[in-house]
Amino acid sequence: MTAFDPEAPETPHDPLDLHPASDEDGGAPQAATRKQVRKEQRMMLFKSPGFIIGVLIVGFWVLSAVWPSLLTTYGPDEFVDAPPRTGPSSEAWLGTDGVGRDVYTRIIYGARPILIVAPLATAIAIVMGTFLGLVMGYYRGWVDEILSRIIEAILSIPVILMAILVVFTFGRSRPVVIFTIAILFVPAITRTIRSAAIAESELDYVTSAKMRGESGVFIVSREILPNVTGLVVVELTVRLGYAVFTYATLAFLGLVGTNITTADWGIDVSQNYEQIVRDVWWPSIFPAMAIASLVIGVNLITDSIDKALKS
Amino acid sequence: MTTTEITDDGIVSDPDTAALAIEDLELSYVVRGTPRAVLRGVTFEVRPGEAYGLVGESGCGKSTTAYAALRYLPSNGQIDGGRVTSSGQELTSMSAKELREFRARQASMVFQDPVQAVNPVLKIGRQVAEAFEVMGQSKSEAKKSALAALHRVRIASPESVMDRYPYQLSGGMLQRVVIAMALACDPKLLVLDEPTTGLDATVEAEVLDLVRDLRSELNSAILLIAHNLGVIRTMCDRVGVMYAGRVVEEGTVEEVFDNPSHPYTVGLLNSIPRQGLRKTDRELFAIPGNLPQIGEPLPTCVYVDRCPIANDTCRTEVPPIVDRSEGHWTRCHFPDRLDEIPEPEEVSEVVAVGSEEVVGVHGVSKTFRQRGHDIPALVSVDLGFAEGETLGLVGESGSGKSTLAKTMLGVYEADEGGEITLRGRPMAGKATKRVEESIRSLQMVFQNPDSALNRAWTVRRILTRSITRLTGMKGDEADKRAVEVAEAMRLSPRHLDMRPRQLSGGLKQRVAIARAFAGDPNVVVCDEPTSALDVSVQAAILNLLASLQRDDRTSYLFISHDISVVRYLADRIAVMYVGRIMELGSTEQIFEGPNHPYTEALLSAVPSVDGQAENRIPLTGEIPSPANPPSGCVFHTRCHRFIEGLCEVTEPEMHELSPGHTIKCHLTVEQLSQPVEITEKDRMADVAEPLE
Repeated sequence: MTAFDPEAPETPHDPLDLHPASDEDGGAPQAATRKQVRKEQRMMLFKSPGFIIGVLIVGFWVLSAVWPSLLTTYGPDEFVDAPPRTGPSSEAWLGTDGVGRDVYTRIIYGARPILIVAPLATAIAIVMGTFLGLVMGYYRGWVDEILSRIIEAILSIPVILMAILVVFTFGRSRPVVIFTIAILFVPAITRTIRSAAIAESELDYVTSAKMRGESGVFIVSREILPNVTGLVVVELTVRLGYAVFTYATLAFLGLVGTNITTADWGIDVSQNYEQIVRDVWWPSIFPAMAIASLVIGVNLITDSIDKALKS
Repeated sequence: MTTTEITDDGIVSDPDTAALAIEDLELSYVVRGTPRAVLRGVTFEVRPGEAYGLVGESGCGKSTTAYAALRYLPSNGQIDGGRVTSSGQELTSMSAKELREFRARQASMVFQDPVQAVNPVLKIGRQVAEAFEVMGQSKSEAKKSALAALHRVRIASPESVMDRYPYQLSGGMLQRVVIAMALACDPKLLVLDEPTTGLDATVEAEVLDLVRDLRSELNSAILLIAHNLGVIRTMCDRVGVMYAGRVVEEGTVEEVFDNPSHPYTVGLLNSIPRQGLRKTDRELFAIPGNLPQIGEPLPTCVYVDRCPIANDTCRTEVPPIVDRSEGHWTRCHFPDRLDEIPEPEEVSEVVAVGSEEVVGVHGVSKTFRQRGHDIPALVSVDLGFAEGETLGLVGESGSGKSTLAKTMLGVYEADEGGEITLRGRPMAGKATKRVEESIRSLQMVFQNPDSALNRAWTVRRILTRSITRLTGMKGDEADKRAVEVAEAMRLSPRHLDMRPRQLSGGLKQRVAIARAFAGDPNVVVCDEPTSALDVSVQAAILNLLASLQRDDRTSYLFISHDISVVRYLADRIAVMYVGRIMELGSTEQIFEGPNHPYTEALLSAVPSVDGQAENRIPLTGEIPSPANPPSGCVFHTRCHRFIEGLCEVTEPEMHELSPGHTIKCHLTVEQLSQPVEITEKDRMADVAEPLE
């Protein structure tokens, strides 16, 4: 059984605030209630361990991306005092890779590309998906039919195959990679927003707007859009985790960037994973853990926000 | 919270034999980390074989009590104190296994929405049989038992129903199936939580009849939760009135409803239009203030803040339980001062209905096209609205009431041939093509304000947008008008900057009415405007609509399934069936009769607070689909006055019974005045037609 929220509508009864104009059916609700609810939700969020851990993890990687020299003294392509393939030691905390670079430093510098690509790709996907979803959900009809088929077609192509096709056609520059990931995410977002828009369109406030003779553009952008923003935010955070993962996968497959000396987690994993058989596990496992930690961190934050909003 | 409850020995006589005894039950929900009290010492018992009703406004804890009776609690619910016992077994201390056993063998629950209570992918027969298999029957035995159970709930062809999926059955039929499943274990206790709320009045009457009949066959006690006082009156032996998580008055239904002894009960009863009350007689009584919120600390007397006769004693001392008569008690300091409660205002001025037609609907039909088939949803409807007149529109769901409303308002475009006129001049079909004047003159108030108001907008924006669209006023001018309109609806200026979710149901509906009145309309279509509201709030809204009509001479098309509400507000009443007007007449003519057989059945279905309706005419089966209307008279398939060889062949013309009173029926006044006999067979529900 789901939790029961007895607070809808939020109408606390305050005997001192019975406005005479409204005493007939009571309802002297307080504007403060909404703030109160928000405050309680915030308190719950800040107290939840998942949120704190998530923020610490993501915060660390954001710091690495913005200001890597704060966290390490080496450069990403600098050779350190230890020989190549040295295990974790005091000179190189996480060991050195096959050519003698510091794995820790590579990981710190490697946060930047992934933290540029993933949020940008997600943002573009959200804008496109929301637009398409709203248009399809409100207008329905043949526009919806055609776009739905296209979306199903895109969804039926395996992600990796799609990425390979795009990258081989348009090159592996960063903008292409960002758009590739965005395109991969648009169908799922569109579907979510479309079904929300359909539900909203069936509500009477939309009927009422039609009765006033409002235009479709007004109804979609001013009436419906503000009511699906909550969903858009949830989609945004969920997709962000996936975007991190997808970018790392593309990097691993060598589908991004041409300059291998630039630190990148996915590339580093793919450069070094063959050495695992020779027991040199650190240059590939540590970047992989970095990827995992970022995905987990983002998801922890997403889940805690979702939970707080639903409580 | 400390217990300040006085437990009187008289309330729970013997917890060892009672089918259900709830003693001093305290329960709270944990919301965002804080427990909030919902039940604050509920005490009552349901004796074996008895039907006990619980009434009260939404939020008073009725449903929570029902769930707690079987210890169904949501994940955030917790019992803080008190005991729940059933036939001597204490539920509050049962293990999960014992509880499962108890629910399987001794108690059953029927929920509000039958559609959610059944599994959509299993055939009815499978689901009902399952209930018997749980009891240890073999598959073949269970199948036989299932057939018998369906027969017992008055389903005429159980074999065919067994083979159907839930989506192929109507709501009323499904509720019968759910009841059949609930009765599988021959429970000692049957809990019904608003079992008829989602159903049409006619179907509601059928389901209630069924439960009443079954009571004599079974030996189960019934706990019935309903917000409809009429339902409780016709169904129960005793009733408890709940307020803010406590029972404030209890007694036999006759005692409590005819001789109420708590100010809250008096308020509830005065807020519904009873005994044929009309808007010209007096206003309805609206209980001022709000129910205390869940989790708030309570004053000594829970009702003190809304009580018209409260004094200092009420604020300082917990009211004692005062016995009124055998088994009838109230929790009030001054049950003898109840006649001091002020009477609702008499309506001083009566504004006569104008004679000129403001808005007219002439020969309007609406045909939808679906997969190449024509679906005539409206068939040549003629209606006229005089200035200041209320036209009530009644009929079952699916009869085309909302389609008519939406066609009038230009959401749907009427078919060629018919026209909707404003002072004699036809207006365009689609709202987008109508001139400002036409849009302004026709407005609508929807059933559910939660759906009708954009929840992302503030009240101010909702109102000013309509004002700008309807009158062309902009900026400060529109804003000034919004304040004026809000004031006329008795909304205060500070409500303007709130969003709908911060307002109570009644205030939301006021905003929706304010929006409709923003441009000084001629006709306002009210589509069940109070059915989502509590009775006390409904009273305030009906009062508001009546007073706006007196002041502005606005006409209403008032759609409602609640016949007593329609009777209160309407000057004329139209009865609709399968997209056609079957009867039209003044409110007096409709209620005095003679009526169209369909109207006759509708009127007899209403459960009344004033006692049992005599001789109910059953409307079994489902309303026919407009895609495939019956031949001849569309009502002949369900008519109790059906004449073979005539009704299924020729469609009757609309003809006049008396001046202003027209019906679409072959029968004469004399024939319609003859009483009909209802046989047991008429009361069996059957599925409409064999599967395609």
